[in-house]
Amino acid sequence: MTHRDAHLQPRPEGLFCPAGGFHVDPVRPVERALITHGHADHARPGHRHVMATRQTLEIMAIRYGADFAAQTQVAEGPLRIGDTRVSFHPAGHVLGSAQIRVETRGGVFVITGDYARTPSPACLPWEPVPCDVLVTEATFGLPVFRHPDPLAEIGKLLESVRAFPDRAHLVGAYALGKAQRVIMLLRAAGWDGPIHLHGALQRLCDYHLDQGIALGDLRPATIDRGAGKAQFAGAIVLAPPSAFASPWAQRFSDPVIAFASGWMQVRARARQRGVELPLVISDHVDWPQLTATIAELAPAETWVTHGREDAVIRWCSLNGHIARPLRLVGYEDEPE
Amino acid sequence: MRAFARLLERLAFTPRRSIKTATLVQYFAVTPDPDRGYALAALTGDLDLRAVRPGLLRDLAAARIDAELFALSYDFVGDLAETIALAWPEGAAVKADLALSQAVAELRDTGRAGLPSLVAQRLDGMGPSERYAYLKLATGGLRVGVSARLARLAVAAHGALPVEEVEEIWHGLTPPYMDLFAWTEGGAKPAAAARAPFRPVMLSTAADADTLAALDPADFAAEWKWDGVRVQAVADGSVRRLYTRTGQDISVAFPDIIERLAFDGVIDAELLIRHDDRVAPFGDLQQRLNRKRVSAPLLARHPAALRAYDLLLWQGRDLRALSFADRRAALEGAIAGLAEPRIDLSPLLPFDSWSALAALRAAPPEPVIEGVMIKHRASPYLAGRIKGHWFKWKRDPMTVDAVLMYAQRGHGKRSGYYSDFTFGLWDGDALVPVGKAYFGFTDAELRALDRFVRSHTTDRFGPVRAVEPLKVLEIAFEGLNRSNRHKSGVAMRFPRIARIRDDKPAADADRIETLRALLPPEGP
Repeated sequence: MTHRDAHLQPRPEGLFCPAGGFHVDPVRPVERALITHGHADHARPGHRHVMATRQTLEIMAIRYGADFAAQTQVAEGPLRIGDTRVSFHPAGHVLGSAQIRVETRGGVFVITGDYARTPSPACLPWEPVPCDVLVTEATFGLPVFRHPDPLAEIGKLLESVRAFPDRAHLVGAYALGKAQRVIMLLRAAGWDGPIHLHGALQRLCDYHLDQGIALGDLRPATIDRGAGKAQFAGAIVLAPPSAFASPWAQRFSDPVIAFASGWMQVRARARQRGVELPLVISDHVDWPQLTATIAELAPAETWVTHGREDAVIRWCSLNGHIARPLRLVGYEDEPE
Repeated sequence: MRAFARLLERLAFTPRRSIKTATLVQYFAVTPDPDRGYALAALTGDLDLRAVRPGLLRDLAAARIDAELFALSYDFVGDLAETIALAWPEGAAVKADLALSQAVAELRDTGRAGLPSLVAQRLDGMGPSERYAYLKLATGGLRVGVSARLARLAVAAHGALPVEEVEEIWHGLTPPYMDLFAWTEGGAKPAAAARAPFRPVMLSTAADADTLAALDPADFAAEWKWDGVRVQAVADGSVRRLYTRTGQDISVAFPDIIERLAFDGVIDAELLIRHDDRVAPFGDLQQRLNRKRVSAPLLARHPAALRAYDLLLWQGRDLRALSFADRRAALEGAIAGLAEPRIDLSPLLPFDSWSALAALRAAPPEPVIEGVMIKHRASPYLAGRIKGHWFKWKRDPMTVDAVLMYAQRGHGKRSGYYSDFTFGLWDGDALVPVGKAYFGFTDAELRALDRFVRSHTTDRFGPVRAVEPLKVLEIAFEGLNRSNRHKSGVAMRFPRIARIRDDKPAADADRIETLRALLPPEGP
């Protein structure tokens, strides 16, 4: 399509930069990987050399063990890799998340990874990085996605706890980012009581505490010896959504099933998952933010990686921006 | 509109009836008149608005959203009103809340020409959740999983009133139901304003041989329990109505009955499809239910009839305080006087002991008999299900041994359990699904079934798992209908799991032919 393709190429294992000899967020093991953030579909184990922010490297070590790569390097300041200059910039998505700026002879590329522009107290805010080519995600790239005020959404959860004080409230939230986001929103909304955690969320919550992020009174969601199912009446329990289908959920009597995700904006999605209390809380850009980002940065080209490429490309063509889909494989279509 | 939007949201996502009711009660308690009355009317389908057509909505969207972006959005969301509610361009910041009553009045009073600009202007002033509620209100299809009956139950619960009394006056009330809500809050009961109103129906409790053994058969009369739809036929001056036992007016679907109600009174009866003396299976009646219009061929193919059980009012006289014996005598006189071949008497059964009645019950003369009704001769006609007066003694259910094929996750108390079971019978050497059951088992059996499903899963489809064909379930059911919608060609009524047959190998489960042999004979 353009001369810029030569400098950053979509390949089956992920985006490849020949001048630097590295891949960005590769989905298969490679020699040298630059990782935007710690979510499992972007940060996979098995690469020989991994460069990422200090926090992303530590998160990968928690998930995959300290020896997840032969060599790791903290991305600090501008760096030279081969014939390129590389720097990492906050993406506002989850703790440690970054956009990666790659300067080549073919121009400046910014790979957003996943990013959010609604400020989250759990991570540094997204910052604009001028570029020739913006490689953007498009998870919520449809005009129907306009994320509401997250504090108002968490208000719905507290209202339900007040209305059903006898029922445990199970909130589905992914372990990295969303769980801590929900906890911090609850604290901001004035919930000082304990918040119970499914075991799968414990380590990453502990890591946030290590990083100086206050989460308040957290307790494991285990049944005390001799206590009945009523132990969790009126309690707020966070768990990965997959836990709702497992026997783990059987310990709660008549729970309210909530789910914190940008997908909850669409009713059919919520009903499909058997969610009784949908909470539209997202750590991605919504449609107005995504399109505003393209308009503000006004890159010469916009490449769309994963999500609803068609709609974003249509918007670009309507608004005079050059855009193309990359059709990268391997990222979860719905990573919320 | 905000409170109404929030209400619809809660009702749509709550699977449980009891919580839907509680949500409605709460809404009625905090929402002022006349808004709560309009919300009630929207739920019961009694709001008569100028319907906003999908074409109008598409035009509004097309003027604001690129067609291709809208098409992509609609594909993803799958519901027109919801797509528009979400994708509608967001206007200026703070907006005043539009009262539900004002929204209703405008939609009702605005002419066809003014409707598009009215709807657009209103959508501009709302957030996405209210836009959704507004569009559902305007298009007239709420679909939030609340029946008119449930909405009336909630009104009754709000006022701690018996639901029968609410149903009795319901047909004389009009939105926004200010008089009804005044009554729920301690005011006077609204007069039954409608002609031919519905009267609360008397219901029976279930009995078995043990219950009956304690009773003197001489005190009771018995009749067949016909497998149709329990109805109340009312003729009051020129107004004639046919109600179900919950007060739903089904007159429109049964013009062949309405034209025969040439009397002044209220008859309690079973609605049946009858060809001369032969009563057709329930499946034939089902084809006539829930219709807004009935074609002449359908009327000819499945002619409706009434089989009278009781007489509540006759020629201006209220008989409800009389004993069953006295009402029965009046009923016999009334039916004889009508001389209407499509309205006949439910015959009394001769018996002098419970064992004699048991013998009759075991061999009913027609397959559409579900069992026997046993009525105390001295009972007045009482509203609701009052113990000790009327009993139903149902025929023993039919059973088959079926093989568990699929299981689906449950909600609420069954969260985390596979609790909805689809089972099948052998057709050659393959299993064909014949039904679905989600009750009949104990908590311990549910845990065992859940463990079985988890350890024998062969495939997953969303919340559903396919399992190895190993577990045999004894399925009890109340009857069978022919069905084109089911692959097996049969549909069970009230199937439930009677026993888990761990003693039986799956190969010895029943064959589909066994079930088909139980089907009632085909109609003409």
